[in-house]
Amino acid sequence: MSLGYIVRRLLGAIPLLFGISLILFTIVHLAPGGPLDVYVDNPSVSREALDQIAKAYGLDQPVPVQYVLWLKSMIVGDWGYSIRTGRPVLAEIVLRLGPTLELGGLALLISLLLAIPLGIISASRRGSKLDGALTLVSFAGISTPVFWLALLLQLLFSVQLGWLPSAGYKSIGDGSFMDRLVHIIMPAAVLSLATIASWSRFIRSGMVDVLNQDYIRTAYAKGRGERGVVFFHALRNALIPAVTVIAVDFGTVISGAVITETVFAWPGIGRLFMESMDGRDYPMLMGLMMMGSLGIIVANIIADLTYAALDPRIRYG
Amino acid sequence: MADATIDAIATTPPQSYGRRALKRFLKRPLAVLGLLFLLLLALVVLFGPLISPYSFDGQDFNLIGSPGPMTAEHWLGTDELGRDALTRLIYGGRVSLAVGLAGAIISTLVGTVVGAFSGFYRGWTDTLLMRFTDVMLSIPTLPLVLLLSGLFRPGPVLLVAIVGTLIWMGTARLVRSQFMALREREFVEAARALGAGGPRLMFRHILPNAIGPITVAATLAVGSAIMLESALSFLGFGIQPPVPTWGNLLNSASSWLSVAPWLAIPPGLCILFTVLSVNFLGDGLRDALEPKE
Repeated sequence: MSLGYIVRRLLGAIPLLFGISLILFTIVHLAPGGPLDVYVDNPSVSREALDQIAKAYGLDQPVPVQYVLWLKSMIVGDWGYSIRTGRPVLAEIVLRLGPTLELGGLALLISLLLAIPLGIISASRRGSKLDGALTLVSFAGISTPVFWLALLLQLLFSVQLGWLPSAGYKSIGDGSFMDRLVHIIMPAAVLSLATIASWSRFIRSGMVDVLNQDYIRTAYAKGRGERGVVFFHALRNALIPAVTVIAVDFGTVISGAVITETVFAWPGIGRLFMESMDGRDYPMLMGLMMMGSLGIIVANIIADLTYAALDPRIRYG
Repeated sequence: MADATIDAIATTPPQSYGRRALKRFLKRPLAVLGLLFLLLLALVVLFGPLISPYSFDGQDFNLIGSPGPMTAEHWLGTDELGRDALTRLIYGGRVSLAVGLAGAIISTLVGTVVGAFSGFYRGWTDTLLMRFTDVMLSIPTLPLVLLLSGLFRPGPVLLVAIVGTLIWMGTARLVRSQFMALREREFVEAARALGAGGPRLMFRHILPNAIGPITVAATLAVGSAIMLESALSFLGFGIQPPVPTWGNLLNSASSWLSVAPWLAIPPGLCILFTVLSVNFLGDGLRDALEPKE
C-alpha cells in the first residue's frame, strides 16, 4: 500500500464532507423558523437586539453567503454556541464523547470476542444442527428492535431481579470501577447484539470460502490437525473480508447509540442529540450530525486501508 | 420418491424461470414460514379492527388512570387511558405495515432509478450520482430522520417519504452493478442496433433482467422501513398518538414498565416476528431468484 493511496483516500473525503455540509445546511435552512425564533417571544430581547444578533451572525446576508460563512467557521473549529446551555458546541460534544466511546468500545469488544468464535464454530460445523441454530439466532438478533430489548433487560434485571441499575452512568456519590461496571453492562449488551449477529455471519461466510481453498486441503494432507488448520491457516484469511464490515460498523455503533443511550440515560453524544432535539438546539444538532458523519467517513477510510494492508493481493497503485 | 423426481425432471420439457424459482423457494421452510406469517398478519391487521368490539382510540372511563390487567374483556389489558391494548396493537400493525410497505416502494423506486442511470450512462452521470449516494451513506440514518422529523413535524405521508428517501442507497449500488454488467450483453447491443434509445434500453430491456436482485432488496427494505419507523416512533418523533404504531405503543408502555410489563411485550414481539419473517423471506427469495449454479 503506497503513501499515494493513503493521501488520495484522505483527499477523497473532502468532497464528501462538503456534500454532507451542504445537505445539512439546506435541511436546517428549509425548516420553518430561523435560529433566532427561540428569542422572538422572549420579552427581555428587544427587536433591535435581535437585528444586531442577526447582523453579527451574518443572518441578514443571502443564503449562499451564509453557507460560506458557516462552512468557514466549521473548518476553523468554531462550531457556534448551544442555544440550550450557551456553551461552545464543539467543547460540549468533546465532553460527551467520552461516555459514548466507553460504551461503544466495550460493545465492540464484546462483539469481537463473541462473533469470532461463533463464526468459526458455525463454519467448521457447516450444515450441522448447531450451525442451523446459530444461523437462526443471528437472524433473530438482527431482527430484534434494540429499544425493545433494552426494555426487556430493564424489566428482568432491574425491576424483577433488582441486580442491575436500570439507567445512568454511575451512582451519585459513587463512581468506583464496580459501580460503573454494573451501569454499563446492560447498555453494552444491547448495543452489541446486532453487531454480534451480523459479524458472526460475515466471519462464517469468510471462513466457509477459505475452507474450500486448495491450500487448506494441502494443509490437511500435510497431516495438520483440524484445530491447526482452522486457527493457523484459515482464520487470518477468513477475517480479511470481515475487517471491512467491522471497521464500518464502528462508525455506525458510535452514531447509532442514540436509542441505547436514551433508554439507559447514558450521558454520551446520542443522549446529547435527543436533549438537543427537545430544545430545538440547531447549532448543537448540526455539530452532532457533522461529528457523526465524520466518524462514519473515518471508519470507512480505516476499513479500506486495513483491507489493503492485510491482503497483499490488493493493489490500489 | 427422489428417483421419481429425477425422472420427472428428465422427461418434462425445460421449465420457465418463474416455475423453477418457485420450486427453489418452496424448498426453503423458513422463507415459506415467513411468507405465511406475513400473509396471516396482513389478514389480521386488515380485518382485526372490523371484528374487535373496541376502536383504537375508544376509552373505557372506568379504567382510566393506570394500565389495566389482562382480562376476558381485554385480552392484552388496557393502557393508562382505558383503551384496549389488543385493538391498539392490531391497528398499530396496520400503520406499521403500511409504513413499511410504502417506505420500501419509495426506496426501491429511488434506488432503481439512481442505480439504473448510474450504471447505464456511466461517465459523469455515474460519478455525480454515486458521490451523492456516498454522501447519503455517510450521514448517520437515524439521527438524520430524527432531525428531519423534529424540524418539519411531518404527517404520516411525509414521514413515509422521508423514511423511503433515506434507505435507497443499498438498492442503488446493487442496481448500478447489475446495469453495468447487463449493458454489455448481446441482447442490449441487438436492441440498440434496432434503434432503441436510452430509456427504452434501460427500462424495457435491461430492467426485467435485474428484477430478481431488486425484488430481494425491496423485500429487505420493508424490514428496514418498519424498524426505522418503530425506532422513530419509540423516540417520540414518528407517527403521533392517538394513532398507534408498534413503536409508539412501546414508547408509552416504557413509562409503565414496572407496573404493567404486559403492555411492553406484545408490540416488541410483533416487530421482531415481522422483521424476522421479512428477513427470512428476503433470504429465501435470494436463493430462489438468483441461483448460484
